[in-house]
Amino acid sequence: MSASANVPESVFPRLEPRLPSVSKPIQYVGGELNSTVKDWDCGAVTPEGETVRWALMYPDAYEVGLPNQGVQILYEVLNERDWIVAERTYAVWPDMERVMREGDAQGPIPQFTVDAHRPVRAFDLFGLSFSTELGYTNMLNALDLAGIPLHAADRGDDDPIVLAGGHAAFNPEPIADFVDAAVLGDGEEVVLAISEVVREWKVEGRPGGRDEVLRRLAVSGGVYVPRFYDVVYAEDGTIEAVVPNRPGIPFRVRKHTLMDLDAWPYPAKPLVPLAETVHERFSVEIFRGCTRGCRFCQAGMITRPVRERSIKTIGDMVENGIRKSGFEEVGLLSLSSADHTEIGDIAKGLGDRYEGSNVSLSLPSTRVDAFNITLANEFSRNGRRSGLTFAPEGGSERMRRVINKMVTEEDLVRTVAAAYSHGWRQVKLYFMCGLPTETDEDVLAIADLAKLVIAKGREVSGRNDIRCTVSIGGFVPKPHTPFQWAAQLDHETTDERLKKLRDTVRDDKRFGRAIGFRYHDGKPGTIEGLLSRGDRRVGAVIEQVWRDGGRFDGWSEHFSYERWVSSADAALAGTGVDLAWFTTREREYDEVLPWDHLDSGLDKDWLWADWEDALAAADGSDVEVEDCRWTPCYDCGVCPEMGTEIQIGPTGQQLLPLSVV
Amino acid sequence: MRDQPEQQAPPVQRLRIRYAKRGRLRFTSHRDFSRAFERAIFRARVPMAYSSGFNPHPRISYAGAAPTGSASEAEYLEIGLAEVQDPEVVRRALEESLPDGLDVVEVVEAPGGSLADLLEASHWLLDLDVAPEAAGPAVETFLAAETVPVQRMTKKGLRDFDCRAAVVALAAEPRDGGTRLDLVLRHGVPSVRPDDVLAGLASVGGLEVAGAPLLTRLAQGPLDPATGEIGDPLHR
Repeated sequence: MSASANVPESVFPRLEPRLPSVSKPIQYVGGELNSTVKDWDCGAVTPEGETVRWALMYPDAYEVGLPNQGVQILYEVLNERDWIVAERTYAVWPDMERVMREGDAQGPIPQFTVDAHRPVRAFDLFGLSFSTELGYTNMLNALDLAGIPLHAADRGDDDPIVLAGGHAAFNPEPIADFVDAAVLGDGEEVVLAISEVVREWKVEGRPGGRDEVLRRLAVSGGVYVPRFYDVVYAEDGTIEAVVPNRPGIPFRVRKHTLMDLDAWPYPAKPLVPLAETVHERFSVEIFRGCTRGCRFCQAGMITRPVRERSIKTIGDMVENGIRKSGFEEVGLLSLSSADHTEIGDIAKGLGDRYEGSNVSLSLPSTRVDAFNITLANEFSRNGRRSGLTFAPEGGSERMRRVINKMVTEEDLVRTVAAAYSHGWRQVKLYFMCGLPTETDEDVLAIADLAKLVIAKGREVSGRNDIRCTVSIGGFVPKPHTPFQWAAQLDHETTDERLKKLRDTVRDDKRFGRAIGFRYHDGKPGTIEGLLSRGDRRVGAVIEQVWRDGGRFDGWSEHFSYERWVSSADAALAGTGVDLAWFTTREREYDEVLPWDHLDSGLDKDWLWADWEDALAAADGSDVEVEDCRWTPCYDCGVCPEMGTEIQIGPTGQQLLPLSVV
Repeated sequence: MRDQPEQQAPPVQRLRIRYAKRGRLRFTSHRDFSRAFERAIFRARVPMAYSSGFNPHPRISYAGAAPTGSASEAEYLEIGLAEVQDPEVVRRALEESLPDGLDVVEVVEAPGGSLADLLEASHWLLDLDVAPEAAGPAVETFLAAETVPVQRMTKKGLRDFDCRAAVVALAAEPRDGGTRLDLVLRHGVPSVRPDDVLAGLASVGGLEVAGAPLLTRLAQGPLDPATGEIGDPLHR
């Protein structure tokens, strides 16, 4: 039998006549520079004779999804194997959704990949990367458009294995009914391991069908298959236990940690879209993980330990990336970029290399630290000057102690003084509202800090055109953090506090006009909170919202709080729990949390002790968790539990000038 | 105080480039194309001249871009270089670094003067999903009319204008069970586009076109008023 008989047809000829009628059609045509279209049966010529096919989705619009590093890396790592096909798909806008559902003489047009425009349902695996929980309704929409049953339980052997990854997958329970599997942590190695399991199963003739391939994935302990776990609820609505429901399935599923980032220098072939996207730059991840210990920060908790790329690899990746992409802006990414042990040499080395060219460098996440101004100067040598953003996160010293972000007022003032005296006219300050134990006074302290910043700026620069923009986000407690037990602040109080702050800033005659104020109302945060700390019962809410037309919940123009509230009322009726129970309720030490069976490596008792330290700090105790890169281990549990270790420099190497070919 | 950045030197050479938008990349908008082109010249290491200021931009002037969704064999732009280059070397480098479907056809040294002024008219092919028996009479009625008023939504709101005067030539011929219109349009203000002519054919000739017709610009250049022929703007 010829394998090519089963090659799914491209839907592009069906799409093409309709493209002129939708907005920004270029986002649906693919053909990006460095994209890959492989033979559907590329594995046929390999010794095993089988091909494993992945459809990778970033469940948001193309303009947001295309630049996503995670998807780009996995797309490249998978396509490098001669027996794997990986293609990409993104959430389609409502105008395109209408066109697809309306369809043509052949019926509806299914969810397709942008690479070869193949139907998503034709792939073996459908992998979704969730940076945020607000993409869940887009997943349901994509499944439905693809013709894949929404519920994992209803899928047959012809349907792909639906797999979730990304930070939100550290608590996949709210989407447990819709995904077949979830993976925690770094994806580079595990996607290959999964591919191998699927290949072997296909080579053997798919014994035991879907159930068996999922069983094989689950027994490894590195892939979570929700259907193999039963959740039992207690009388009071809390979880009594989560237990495997068949032999051989491990009690806990562990996260994946990539060691030696120098061995994985991806993306090496950065995708360059024709359409405009949210990040028009080439980004190099200079290290992964963060051990600063900010208690609100889920990313910092779940990506431990710190693993640096060496200065040499970073230099090579920058040069390769700009030559392959043509981007002239380079971002050095990480959770706190100035913390790289050789950041000074990296900045100087790259500055020297690209002196006199139009290549510009930026350091997106930086701490409040005068040293960073020196770095910023290095990065703006060619005259381009990007904005400076600092994130004290908490307005009062007390608040910053509670979240373990130890930045003093003096630190901040010294830093901004350096910035303003070096010619910057504007800085941005980022804060959160709704942190545990927060009072009105803590939030109003943000205004004092902003005024101090303007006063200092006017003083050191001798000018009046100094500006400061204050951006405020609502705090959402996240799983696997010390604040996972905290009560989320209700959106009414959040909005009241922000209004008081805004009025205080506005009423100030001397400084009010120099301070910009950006914030969002608290309602989306409440829903993010529901999805972040929800359990399997929340799945019905997501489904109800999607059925009611909910899409693109991360976009304020599409998000409807009322829809979420009415859907939660309907879907949770009779369960004894509700929206408030999931969000504004503080949890107790012995409550079984929905994600307790998912192992981020963090010791739950350490997290609890850290939560108690936070509450003690709120009452004036002087406890600080210092960074374990430079001080002794504080026993968060990750390294011994995961068999990992901190990987940092310095290597002592320098970047050499490039010889032009 | 920040110093003003150095003034950039003026270009030492200008090159005119003809490129094509083909296949699925015809859905590239003009803004999309200009970003892709800037990245391509950087990848190809073409020694561009830059504008002065805090945000120097490579010197590129675009002329008469085709609407998003229409294919074209004749789009033009001009670039300013900081070093003198062999146009053929630049052509090959750009061909290499632009995605397939955005294809550089020809590169020549600019003789001076304005490129945009040379682009007086365009030659279009419009492939329609209608029977030639319906299209023929509609074209005749259209050509017989003095004026053909149409409406189009512009950035300034709904506009009324005549689409007849800009039509230098229009003919219908059968093609693959449908109709191909052969159209020569004079550029002007307001600019009349092929879809305006289709709107005109609908209003005066009752020609209803289903689906989205494929529009292809074959040529763009100086118009010979005597013959209605379009010349080559790169070789005069």
